Amino acid sequence: MTDEQQAEHTEHKTGGYKIYVVVWFWLLVFTVIEVGVVLFRVPQWVLVSSLLILAMMKAALIIAYFMHLRYERLSLVYTVITPLLLGFVLFGALGPDALHVFFSR
Amino acid sequence: MPGLEKHEAPGMEAHAADQDRVLASPWGGGQSPFAVAWPKLMMWLFLVSDTLTFAGLLSGYGVMRLSLGDWPRQADIFNIWLVGTMTFILICSSATMAVAVAAARAGDRRMVMRYLLLTILGGLFFLGAQAYEWTNFIHEGARLFTNPWGIPQFSATFFIITGFHGGHVTGGVIYLSITALRWSRRKIQPLSVEIAGLYWHFVDLVWVFIFTLLYLI
Repeated sequence: MTDEQQAEHTEHKTGGYKIYVVVWFWLLVFTVIEVGVVLFRVPQWVLVSSLLILAMMKAALIIAYFMHLRYERLSLVYTVITPLLLGFVLFGALGPDALHVFFSR
Repeated sequence: MPGLEKHEAPGMEAHAADQDRVLASPWGGGQSPFAVAWPKLMMWLFLVSDTLTFAGLLSGYGVMRLSLGDWPRQADIFNIWLVGTMTFILICSSATMAVAVAAARAGDRRMVMRYLLLTILGGLFFLGAQAYEWTNFIHEGARLFTNPWGIPQFSATFFIITGFHGGHVTGGVIYLSITALRWSRRKIQPLSVEIAGLYWHFVDLVWVFIFTLLYLI
């Protein structure tokens, strides 16, 4: 049994199309929470941190289930995920400068 | 130097053992260590590089926003219900795409066609809503390098980032239309539908961050 067949087998066992409905539902729930957080005025740091966490959770759901990365080999998972950390490195390089200006205003 | 020799011999053995282990693993050669077909791997690599393009755009936006100060309040300018609806449409189209891919794997040809067309329809609705939003924004006086609400970078980042994403959606609609056409003529395998799906989910994925960073925060 090749890995691809194995992945398909796992998918069938988890119930065909049902998983997509579940993921769709949670994506909508997270979106509603996001809009809710904006409409109910909360402190700025709560707003920013909760929105960022919710965005990451939505991204993780899309990548893992819609893009099937959860069913791929670990070597592919690492290949895809590692470069994404470069995004944080990029902001880590640029951020301090911007934050310095932000806090000295 | 007897000391070094003594030290080297077990080292060499360990090295040979390492080599054997690598050769026995999927990285030994002669097979794909990723266990996916090459077109799918190429799409993943393209998406990774495209992610970094958007990461660059969004980081630049973040830096500007933090360092320039006096950013206009988006809630006063954008219609959050319109943008929320656009987000809803895109999430739905991503879900219908996922179903189309699963149907292609299961060999249900008609279901693939139905859900591909629904996905394309979602993409068209999204583009229509975005065109409406841009038209309103421009009527209110926003231009690429000027706008009535304050610093020019506000409208510049908006047009460039949402425009770049809208371009990706447009490309995706064309890509999916070609995929649907070729699928109906039985010219492509289920794998091609899956690869088109990867691209479409990526477009949704980028929108998650644009929606959060440009409209909500």
